[in-house]
Amino acid sequence: MPLDREPDFGTPARTSVTTVTLTIDGASVTVPAGTSVMAAAMHAGTQIPKLCATDMVEAFGSCRLCLVEIEGRRGTPASCTTPAENGMVVRTQTPRLSTLRRGVMELYISDHPLDCLTCSANGDCELQDMAGVVGLRDVRYGQDGEKHRTVAKDESNPYFTFDSSKCIVCSRCVRACEEVQGTFALTIDARGLASKVSTGTADFLTSECVSCGACVQACPTATLNEKTVIEMGTPTKATVTTCAYCGVGCSFRAETQGDQVIRMVPDKAGKANEGHSCVKGRFAWGYATHKDRITKPMIRAKITDPWREVSWEEAFAYAASEFKRIQAQYGRDSIGGITSSRCTNEETFLVQKLIRAGFGNNNVDTCARVCHSPTGYGLKTTFGTSAGTQDFRSVEKADVVLVIGANPTDGHPVFGSRLKKRLRQGAKLIVADPRRIDLVRTPHVEASYHLPVMPGTNVALLNALAHVIVTEGLVKEDYVRERCDWQDFEVWARFIAQDINSPEATEAKTGVPAADVRAAARLYATGGNGAIFYGLGVTEHSQGSTTVMAMANLAMATGNIGRDGVGVNPLRGQNNVQGSCDMGSFPHEFSGYRHVSDDATREMFENLWGVELSAEPGLRIPNMLDEAVGGRFKGLYIQGEDIAQSDPNTKHVTSGLRNMECVIIQDLFLNETAKYAHVFFPGSSFLEKDGTFTNAERRISRVRKVTPSLSGLADWEITLRFAEALGYEMTYDHPSQIMDEIAHLTPTFTGVSYARLDELGSIQWPCNQSAPEGTPIMHVDRFVRGKGKFMVTEYVPTDEKTGPRFPLLLTTGRILSQYNVGVQTSRSHNNVWHSEDRLEIHPFDAEERGIRDGDLVALQSRSGDVSLRALITDRVQPGVVYTTFHHAKSGVNVITTDYSDWATNCPEYKVTAVQVQRTNRYSDWQNEDRENADLLRMIEGSMSHAAE
Amino acid sequence: MSAVRIFVPRDAAALSVGADDVATALAREIKARGLDATIVRNGSRGMLWLEPLVEIETARGRIGYGLVQAGDVASLFDAGLLDGKSHALCIGRVEDHDYFKRQQRLTFARVGVIDPLSLDDYRAHGGLIGLEKARALAPAAIVEEIVASGLRGRGGAGFPAGIKWRTVLEAQGPQKFIVCNADEGDSGTFADRMLMEGDPFLLVEGMAIAGLATGATRGVIYIRSEYPHAIATMREAIAIARRADLLNARFDIEIRVGAGAYVCGEETSLLESIEGKRGQVRAKPPLPAHKGLFSCPTVINNVLTLAAAPTILAEGGKAYAEQGMGRSRGTLPFQIAGNVKRGGLFEAPFGLTLRTLIEDIGGGTASGRPLRAVQVGGPLGAYFPESLLDTPLDYEAMAAKAGLLGHGGIVVFDDTVDMAHQARFAFDFCAIESCGKCTPCRIGSTRGVETIDKITQGQNVEANIALVKDLCTVLTDGSLCALGGLTPMPVMSALTHFPDDFRRSALHAAAE
Repeated sequence: MPLDREPDFGTPARTSVTTVTLTIDGASVTVPAGTSVMAAAMHAGTQIPKLCATDMVEAFGSCRLCLVEIEGRRGTPASCTTPAENGMVVRTQTPRLSTLRRGVMELYISDHPLDCLTCSANGDCELQDMAGVVGLRDVRYGQDGEKHRTVAKDESNPYFTFDSSKCIVCSRCVRACEEVQGTFALTIDARGLASKVSTGTADFLTSECVSCGACVQACPTATLNEKTVIEMGTPTKATVTTCAYCGVGCSFRAETQGDQVIRMVPDKAGKANEGHSCVKGRFAWGYATHKDRITKPMIRAKITDPWREVSWEEAFAYAASEFKRIQAQYGRDSIGGITSSRCTNEETFLVQKLIRAGFGNNNVDTCARVCHSPTGYGLKTTFGTSAGTQDFRSVEKADVVLVIGANPTDGHPVFGSRLKKRLRQGAKLIVADPRRIDLVRTPHVEASYHLPVMPGTNVALLNALAHVIVTEGLVKEDYVRERCDWQDFEVWARFIAQDINSPEATEAKTGVPAADVRAAARLYATGGNGAIFYGLGVTEHSQGSTTVMAMANLAMATGNIGRDGVGVNPLRGQNNVQGSCDMGSFPHEFSGYRHVSDDATREMFENLWGVELSAEPGLRIPNMLDEAVGGRFKGLYIQGEDIAQSDPNTKHVTSGLRNMECVIIQDLFLNETAKYAHVFFPGSSFLEKDGTFTNAERRISRVRKVTPSLSGLADWEITLRFAEALGYEMTYDHPSQIMDEIAHLTPTFTGVSYARLDELGSIQWPCNQSAPEGTPIMHVDRFVRGKGKFMVTEYVPTDEKTGPRFPLLLTTGRILSQYNVGVQTSRSHNNVWHSEDRLEIHPFDAEERGIRDGDLVALQSRSGDVSLRALITDRVQPGVVYTTFHHAKSGVNVITTDYSDWATNCPEYKVTAVQVQRTNRYSDWQNEDRENADLLRMIEGSMSHAAE
Repeated sequence: MSAVRIFVPRDAAALSVGADDVATALAREIKARGLDATIVRNGSRGMLWLEPLVEIETARGRIGYGLVQAGDVASLFDAGLLDGKSHALCIGRVEDHDYFKRQQRLTFARVGVIDPLSLDDYRAHGGLIGLEKARALAPAAIVEEIVASGLRGRGGAGFPAGIKWRTVLEAQGPQKFIVCNADEGDSGTFADRMLMEGDPFLLVEGMAIAGLATGATRGVIYIRSEYPHAIATMREAIAIARRADLLNARFDIEIRVGAGAYVCGEETSLLESIEGKRGQVRAKPPLPAHKGLFSCPTVINNVLTLAAAPTILAEGGKAYAEQGMGRSRGTLPFQIAGNVKRGGLFEAPFGLTLRTLIEDIGGGTASGRPLRAVQVGGPLGAYFPESLLDTPLDYEAMAAKAGLLGHGGIVVFDDTVDMAHQARFAFDFCAIESCGKCTPCRIGSTRGVETIDKITQGQNVEANIALVKDLCTVLTDGSLCALGGLTPMPVMSALTHFPDDFRRSALHAAAE
């Protein structure tokens, strides 16, 4: 049985306050004004034949199958391009229309191969469907006529093929690339019958194509087809689930045959992505069944021993006995755990529960420590909630968008596409980034201002923007008086109005011309709805929390909080980093961001969990490592996290790990941290379990089990069994029961349940009695904390300074095709786009050092050194170098320092003083790490000579 | 006494038959003979069979000498050219020529008369009166004048220009545009070119009036690249108009040059092309009047439509409407071409019959053989047999006979024409010029060629003729624009009026 497809209304949905009522084939239907006759017919239950129309892109009117007759109108207008009007009487089936449609289809088929039965789209082809629908029985033109140009099948893209001979030139792919993705990589080449889809280059791989899959999704035939479908056939079952890559949290239909995933297709009903995807979620899921997956539990006494595969029982027993021993020997606080931002809400909740209730301490932390902890702190202080204020859809109403320290088209591509769409419609863009990210100038999008801020001076820049707004009388005083604490505002305004905060005074530090700062400030304050989106380029600084508060100040002062189109929004890194924070993964907070010292909250947890809980905040990750180096912290349970690669100052991290007596890793792969581990619990990929993820919009979406767990246990079951072995029993049969407990214990989750999630598709917290369907936009009538709080944000330069030894500033970022530390994407074909991390360096700095493009260069900081190949580009400004950190062998965090955010300890990844010089060798660390890699990862039996 | 003025056309049709050589020879001779004469390069009078047509300004009026070649120049001077004396090439007073006298020149009143790039000449011959009148009127009043004139789009579709202007006036937009369609691609048409080369300020004035009427401050003239002289003349005229403050920030015009695609004469493709995109038809709605160039409200009119506006404003819409027949008001510059004795431009009110135009005015076929077919309205127009020559040239009357008036181009064929070949040509033209967007035109045009070939080769003739007819229905009802939609018109007219031409191979076979 072929798969049911999502309904396609042919043209995008329209929203309008007015409606029109018309009659289609005798049935009356009422639709929003602007709806096409085609979509109106779908609402009336009539599918009009179509090929070039699909509801992901605007009507095009080229296939001429959807012709209808309209009373009082001449001819046979196309229903896709004809807007529905009041009183219209439409007929979709008449003898005249049948003849026309058959005539059109006869032409199509005269130009199409007749290999349906062996075609990879057999059963999943709209051309085939339409030939059936219109009743084509004969092609009188024969098959010997001229065909539109056929060229060799393009198989250059690792995930899909392009077969021009099957193309019906409907331009759906071209339009999807333009309208949905905004890359403009495709065009129609030549004219008339010779028209063909072209990338304008030799093939897809060498083109501008970003492999988002929108064209493949849009293609009605086998012309653009997933290689997995060509290899394995069309899927037979679809399960709606949520992507496990970035914080956009795209909804996907996992399409399968039996227990095999055939393809991942973006879900149009998914509110985070509305049917769009990127190269990672759409295609790079092969890691889930990669040969490197560890599927059997393993233990070893010493990290220099080879791993020994054991039964789950033995693994749990061993791990539990070790943890009990350590606690007996070194005290209750000598162990702790790290929850994963990659696992589900339910799974992170269980780990923190195990730590608080089972370990009896609050030594729990999560990877948000190293990314968005300043977001939590800054937004909670100013607004009252540790999360972004909007839904993604809100950007469609923004007039001015300020992007700071984020690179959406690489890091959050599906949101990036949505943003670009709005910018193409005319919204203005201000980019504050040390580097000229793609958004600064990309097809049909150009930033009004690019403020190339020197790394480490965000606060000075934001203060300068605020200074202009305050001193030029651009503050929205009515809003501030009504919504914010006026006294705090006055204190802040006096502070910000000081000359030291003026663009002219800060120019020397930030490197941004004062005139541009003034112009950008005026634009943000007066250009209509102003929306701020930011990323780790804001948070990962010694003043990360201050920067977040400075943005909040800007938004409050200009009245840009509390409605559609405005707001302050973090673009969160990991699929569930918002969720892991919400679930109480921080050492000082229970779920819903309530302090552990709050007696009433603690009592509620104690009553339900049946144990006494500590009122003392536990250790943060850096503190755990410090304590480990000091010999006081001995056991760590790490759920899906690779701190040896992702955390700063790798040498410090590894010496801490080496000092521990039992490190438990729960992961899909033997990651970098596992080199220092004693117990390995093989985890499950997102395809193998049920649960929920919460994205950057606070949107809780279901993760559904698609295939059986390769290790036999889902991650929540592993934690459950480990807890049991430790003597702390938890009884859940299904993650939905865990969610029920979360809802019971967390005021912002009261209304969340799996049943409600099935009903609504997804829910943005808070979801409770006052917001039963969730909260897309926060702080609408009042701030969650009551009055918005302006915070004085004095600029304090980081201690990490350039000097004669380290004259350049290193900052880091991500690239589209790879994800974070590359655990998943480096085990996919995505390496064809980015096979190594390169050091971007400005031509001036390169020339001074005699560096040519592609040279191996040594990158040295006060913490260490690594070698990378150089990429000479003026995307970076002189004095600044940049690299990605996707490949383990780059070891970029060997370079980064111990400096961190004053409030949250979030590491200052984004500013490191470095020197760069040509070299002919990899660094000592890299060579040593390579040797260790094999040694510390040896598994008994798999390398027989080593085991002997 | 001032210097005698000698007029030598700079019109491309005259240039193509040696007008520049004639002008050079004249200049050389004037110098050699020490005469007091100047040469003015005017537009063409439209009597193309007489080009190069040299004129001398005399007290008796302008005396013409037709078919002048450089070698004739010395003998002309010898005969007393400067006094308008008799010579074998002399045609007498140009205005008295029968071909010219029978016309009613409104739009082409100055073409061939004045120096096209002399703004003074333009003004002296009644130019800019319309614009001055328009400046004194409210935009809506200008629009009403156009509505009252009954002016319909001269590009071929015949949509009432006033209604279009009114729509743009009432549309909201940060910017509005006046776009002039000068992508004159129909076979047998040349009126737009002649006007741009012969009286460019008229188009500038017409566009400025349209700007005033609709609130548009920017104009674009899209000229096909095959018209280098028209492009140069218009560019120069715009520069002169800017210097004279006729064009300025309140209304300015720029020229965009096409890239050789016939379909860019279709208004929405033309807009795409101006926007720098591939020349491809847009689906309507939205109409260009609502969302046209760069999604702004846009008047898009043919050269002749815009060039009619100054006359209408100067003389009043009512006066203009008094000309013509039925719903076709005013005059149309007809273009007579093909196998015809006196080819050229003939401006007259609508309602003239084809027969008058071809036999009486055009003098019948150039070959002297019997006329067999006439194609009116360009490559997408119907082929009319001799029996339909009494059809009046009027939008509705032509449509009633399954034909179209189009841009007023008339191409004459004698009895040597093979109408099956002409039907094949229609499909082939469509196949070559198709933008490739809609299926009927993209694939159907090529299938049409192939099927006609099968017919002429005698394969399943009747079945294939039926298939061609079915294909024509799909093209007519299913195409996105007029290119595919009207390609059946020449095909079906050939099948209807000249059925035997499609069955020759069968007849031939039967005869054997």
